[in-house]
Amino acid sequence: MTLAQAEHTEPLQAGGYNFAYLDEQTKRAIRRGLLKAVAIPGYQVPFGGREMPLPYGWGTGGMQVTAAVLGQDDVLKVIDQGADDTTNAVSIRRFFKRTAGVRTTERTVEADIIQTRHRIPETPLRKGQIVVFQVPIPEPLRFIEPSDSETRTMHALNDYGVMHVKLYEDIAKYGHIATAYAYPVMVDERYVMDPSPIPKFDNPKLHMSPALMLFGAGREKRLYALPPYCPVVSLDFDDHPFEPPVWDQACAYCGSTTSYLDELIVDDQGTRQFICSDTDYCGERCGHRDEA
Amino acid sequence: MYVAVKGGEAAIDNAHAFLAARRRGDLSVPPLSVAQIREQMPMAVARVMSEGSLYDRELAALAIKQAAGDLIEAIFLLRAYRTTLPRFMSTLPVDTGDMQAERRISAIFKDLPGGQMLGATFDYTHRLLDFSLLDESDGAADAMSWQASPQSAAQAAPMPRVAGLLADEGLLGVEQDSTAPVPDITREPPDFPSSRAQRLQMLARADEGFLLALGYSTQRGYGRNHPFAGEIRIGLVEVWVEPEELGFPVPIGDIELTECEMVNQFVGGNGQLPQFTRGYGLAFGNAERKAMGMALVDRSLRAAEYGEDVESPAQEEEFVLMHCDNVEAAGFVAHLKLPHYVDFQSELDLVRKLRRERETACAKQEKGGERQAAEPVRKATSTGQIEKEYAA
Repeated sequence: MTLAQAEHTEPLQAGGYNFAYLDEQTKRAIRRGLLKAVAIPGYQVPFGGREMPLPYGWGTGGMQVTAAVLGQDDVLKVIDQGADDTTNAVSIRRFFKRTAGVRTTERTVEADIIQTRHRIPETPLRKGQIVVFQVPIPEPLRFIEPSDSETRTMHALNDYGVMHVKLYEDIAKYGHIATAYAYPVMVDERYVMDPSPIPKFDNPKLHMSPALMLFGAGREKRLYALPPYCPVVSLDFDDHPFEPPVWDQACAYCGSTTSYLDELIVDDQGTRQFICSDTDYCGERCGHRDEA
Repeated sequence: MYVAVKGGEAAIDNAHAFLAARRRGDLSVPPLSVAQIREQMPMAVARVMSEGSLYDRELAALAIKQAAGDLIEAIFLLRAYRTTLPRFMSTLPVDTGDMQAERRISAIFKDLPGGQMLGATFDYTHRLLDFSLLDESDGAADAMSWQASPQSAAQAAPMPRVAGLLADEGLLGVEQDSTAPVPDITREPPDFPSSRAQRLQMLARADEGFLLALGYSTQRGYGRNHPFAGEIRIGLVEVWVEPEELGFPVPIGDIELTECEMVNQFVGGNGQLPQFTRGYGLAFGNAERKAMGMALVDRSLRAAEYGEDVESPAQEEEFVLMHCDNVEAAGFVAHLKLPHYVDFQSELDLVRKLRRERETACAKQEKGGERQAAEPVRKATSTGQIEKEYAA
């Protein structure tokens, strides 16, 4: 997909609205923001976020990014919590089917653009793919410093002392860094970035990924990006290195021992079962998948 | 056996069908028309237009109908529609001094040019349920008799704005046109510190309840600024535009506005003569509570400008402006309903791990120093159990 492809002004797909809902000028403005974001990896670019017909907090930032980069020939995949069939993923996929008429898929390997909430697919991404993340709070320092003017200055001055103190305090109090998702990363040795609320299990997938990673925060009106093959390091200490979680269990369906597992309570006695959170990955492994 | 959470698509369709039925209610009751809402719920329409940032009574009424009376949902519908509209041009600033006011009151002068005019207000009604409205047949007669009365036809005398009268005497700060281009908060994201133009735009679409509560907090001492309702006026103003190709302004219609100017705590000293300060509130339609709340909060957000200490929530611009939008707030609170299995799973693992480690550490400690204290208790328990077993 190229920007030129997305530039077209085709007739409306759903009565009265432009291709992929947003008007071309807005999409162009978002793409300009994205280009800046790609040029300065991990830096949060303010943008004129629009109201979307879905509520704030439900993926409006990701949807605006997807709308801005989506071309007519692109194949779109939408996941939420790793799954294609969770209600919000269904709703967003339908939105683009309706407003852009694009082909959608549940298969990671087939998709040109993957909009996601809280996961990165297990299937390795390839060159040319774009992952669009829905971001609730783009500022990794927000829960340490609530003021945006302060945190912007901290980023500008490369002043990340408070973040290291916070992580150190976790270790002193709990013996571990007590962050399990939205685990902060250092991008290209310059900006501390919130990878959106993906589990820290997914953090290593950000490092040197061949795919382009775009992040959109609609309510907070920020864009940021990781260009392909960008170094991304999860914050840690020499004596407390970053450790992704491992499971003692395997997926009850496909038997995977390397994927992220969701825990299910399957009966009144509290029996637990574990299954892959990535439904496409699990289905592929099981060899029986329902078509989109 | 676990049943996978499949079928999101069918569930959504069913939910929508159910919602449509709920909205329609009992089929034996005639459906509510958009015209009825527009004409008979003007306060709800005004709020939806103000916070939806779109002056269109018909569409606001439609949104209220579609939202089954949930005004924040209606505001959201209108906003999402508004954002898709093309922008042709900006209007000239409206002149509220020229307003065809149907209500105009001032709490700081007993009488003033143009006089006091109560207009249509709830202020002096006794809040007793009017059971006659259960059968509305004679409501029309009341409305007709008012429209026929000479008072309703009275042409208002010119009404200069109270703030202008005070400012002429130097008693109130003069607001000057900065002549700077007006920022558009719906096109450029807010940045801090913000300009007053940005603040007023954000407050104008802010949640009425939020502004009311914050304004109230300033009255109770959290950032007190001694407000007086200098003037409140409600009525129609003409909207003018000056298209480039025309070169002269033309009126395009009237809109109903509520304007509130608060006269606040005076400042002075450092060689400057003491003078009052002001806070400004403006809203579409008849929306007095909103305009007053906005004026109180506008004034408290000017604390830094007047060298006042910023120590209360209503004075903190980032706090007020980043949280005043009810569409943003409602969406983000509602998103907690979305699945968070993955995040929760990772927290679950972490907490279990931390607990395991703590338990192991505690067990070790117990084996060491606390062994002597723990032993007799354990003995007592086991003796008790043995006795019970024998008894059985």
